[in-house]
Amino acid sequence: MDTQWMKTDVLIIGGGTAGTMAAIKAKQANPEGEVLILEKANIRRSGAIAMGMDGVNTAVIPGNSTPEQYVREITISNDGILNQKAVYQTGKLGFGVIQELESWGVKFQKDAQGEYDLKQVHRVGKYVLPMPEGKDLKQILTRQVKRHKAKVTNRVMATRVLVKDGRAIGAVGFDVRNGDFVVIQAKAVVLCTGASGRLGLPASGYLYGTYENPTNAGDGYSMAYHAGAELSNIECFQINPLIKDYNGPACAYVASPFGAYTANAEGNRFISCDYWSGQMMLEVWKELNSGKGPVQLKMTHLDEDTIAEIETILWANERPSRGRFHEGRGENYRTHGVEMNISEIGLCSGHSASGVWVNEKAETSVPGLYAAGDMASVPHNYMIGAFVFGMLAGTNAVEYVAGLDHVDPDPEFLEVEKTRIYAPLTRPSGVPHTQVEYKLRRLVNDYLQPPKVDNKMEIGLRNFARYHETLDLMGARDPHELMRCMEVHFIRDCAEMAARASLYRRESRWGLYHYRVDYPDKNNDEWFCHVNLKKDDSGNMVLFKRPVEPYIVEVDLEREVYDVAVR
Amino acid sequence: MALATQRVDVPVIVDESKCLEKCTACIEVCPLDVLAKNPETGKAYMKYDECWFCLPCEKECPTNAITVQIPFLLR
Ligand SMILES: Cc1cc2nc3c(=O)[nH]c(=O)nc-3n(C[C@H](O)[C@H](O)[C@H](O)COP(=O)(O)OP(=O)(O)OC[C@H]3O[C@@H](n4cnc5c(N)ncnc54)[C@H](O)[C@@H]3O)c2cc1C
Ligand code: SF4
Ligand code: SF4
Repeated sequence: MDTQWMKTDVLIIGGGTAGTMAAIKAKQANPEGEVLILEKANIRRSGAIAMGMDGVNTAVIPGNSTPEQYVREITISNDGILNQKAVYQTGKLGFGVIQELESWGVKFQKDAQGEYDLKQVHRVGKYVLPMPEGKDLKQILTRQVKRHKAKVTNRVMATRVLVKDGRAIGAVGFDVRNGDFVVIQAKAVVLCTGASGRLGLPASGYLYGTYENPTNAGDGYSMAYHAGAELSNIECFQINPLIKDYNGPACAYVASPFGAYTANAEGNRFISCDYWSGQMMLEVWKELNSGKGPVQLKMTHLDEDTIAEIETILWANERPSRGRFHEGRGENYRTHGVEMNISEIGLCSGHSASGVWVNEKAETSVPGLYAAGDMASVPHNYMIGAFVFGMLAGTNAVEYVAGLDHVDPDPEFLEVEKTRIYAPLTRPSGVPHTQVEYKLRRLVNDYLQPPKVDNKMEIGLRNFARYHETLDLMGARDPHELMRCMEVHFIRDCAEMAARASLYRRESRWGLYHYRVDYPDKNNDEWFCHVNLKKDDSGNMVLFKRPVEPYIVEVDLEREVYDVAVR
Repeated sequence: MALATQRVDVPVIVDESKCLEKCTACIEVCPLDVLAKNPETGKAYMKYDECWFCLPCEKECPTNAITVQIPFLLR
């Protein structure tokens, strides 16, 4: 096993949605500066948007809505717990991102007058902008990364951020093909590794049959934690209404503007709004538990042209294997509703609010460490939010590195990390990562899937804390298996954070995402705050309240309660 | 540790008659890095059963040699 040393000014870990944009913007801010993207897969087809996207979910387009309206909408749907200044950035800067993407060749839907053809999916405003031709998004971004002369190292997985004197100074990882140990010195580090998408176990039992791209195993959550950064709202899980077994979006965001809707088995509506929220998921959960399920996305009443158009979008973009899934079961939008199920849990601020704490400049609580995209705690941020925070992280990191020098990493730390990474290779006959991961994620389902029960979560926590011993039994036969083993380490960290944060917040909030049977009510007097966690100096996970930043857009949360039940 | 080798049905099928020996397109784009070349035949195959049924491999294959099925447990 060789060691590769690299040096760069700005290191971006994860070249997906946020990461590619961070690199492009860092280069635009300072073309002379060195920017390196470290990517576990290949940036051409990596991450959530590997096959494009059905649409923009959070488009604030002048003439249709304002950043203030958008902030209001997200404040209400996220039960008031957010840093409004950060959400405002997505509302304010998203339009510029859309225009720049367009100038690079990304196509957004326009009406006959050539105006952006926005749809209403959220409760109040129109923020969904369809992209029926969105499938080449990632290649277009890759081309721009090259054009801006940012460097890319594919197939290297980061495992730890290097920190010295409380400042991020690089990262370590390994080449998932030849196994080389990789050390990168950097003046600033941007984490863009996506969601914690392999936390719960899908009902199908297939480890990679997840909603999120399964390469995103919570790597950045764990790396930020070990770097000493704060994480926020971890108890606000991601739980989605998905096509049963397929576990992908059905997708109501595309189909509902055409007249499709979510219905119970009798074909009746039970929610008034298809926008994903914990409150909506609670209604789905109640419906399924009342004997009126299964729940379906209903399209059978639509005419042939409309259904054909929906099929063209859904089967070409984002999750294009949807079509063959339905076909394999002999089902069709014309004759069958799409059976929906409640997903296993994950962590993701792109959809809910669980992530690494960042401010409106994409700074984490560790100097020199930035975070963007699904792993950064800006609620409901989706794809445009990932682009906006990638942009903020890239440009602010460039400003931060001015005048800074590289710092040598601590040799002892490198040795310890090297031993940790390569341990599974020393026992090729150890327990396969598949079994170790399956058991861990099954325990996550058993003890953390809401409704959350105190006694169960305590048992879960004990299991996760003890799971270090099980990780030490894991064996790998090649660098690929080693990558999966290291991902299981990340998943364990996320499971422990999820259990501790859920136990800490003694109330219920965000509908099903944090529905605690022992504390069924919302308690604004005690819990109108973030729950943040971090690793303290002695290596313990500590939790604490962080006050909600003063609002910049006034919202009366007593009057405006998010409620989507049809009664 | 005592280990057994078990058979699994994998979702990606490669039509070997169409697969080009010098090409690695599918292997390069797979986000899960689960495809590889069989050193003996020079043909691509699914080496690890860890698939997101996302389709870049199928889409980028110059000869349409790849078919991605929905993984058996989900089908
Ligand atoms: C199925 C699906 C449908 C969606 N539909 C929509 C939609 O219609 N509209 C919308 O606005 N949003 C949608 N979203 C949300 C949106 O796609 C995400 O919020 C956004 O793409 C997240 O960007 P990201 O950069 O955080 O993550 P990604 O784009 O997933 O990037 C993460 C990158 O990090 C890499 N990586 C991970 N770990 C490591 C490591 N240890 N070392 C190096 N690299 C690493 C990964 O390989 C990947 O390239 C959808 C998401 C999914 C999964
Ligand atoms: S479908 Fe996706 S995950 Fe599966 S082999 Fe092809 S590229 Fe890889
Ligand atoms: S892309 Fe097609 S031709 Fe190329 S290696 Fe893969 S299967 Fe063979």
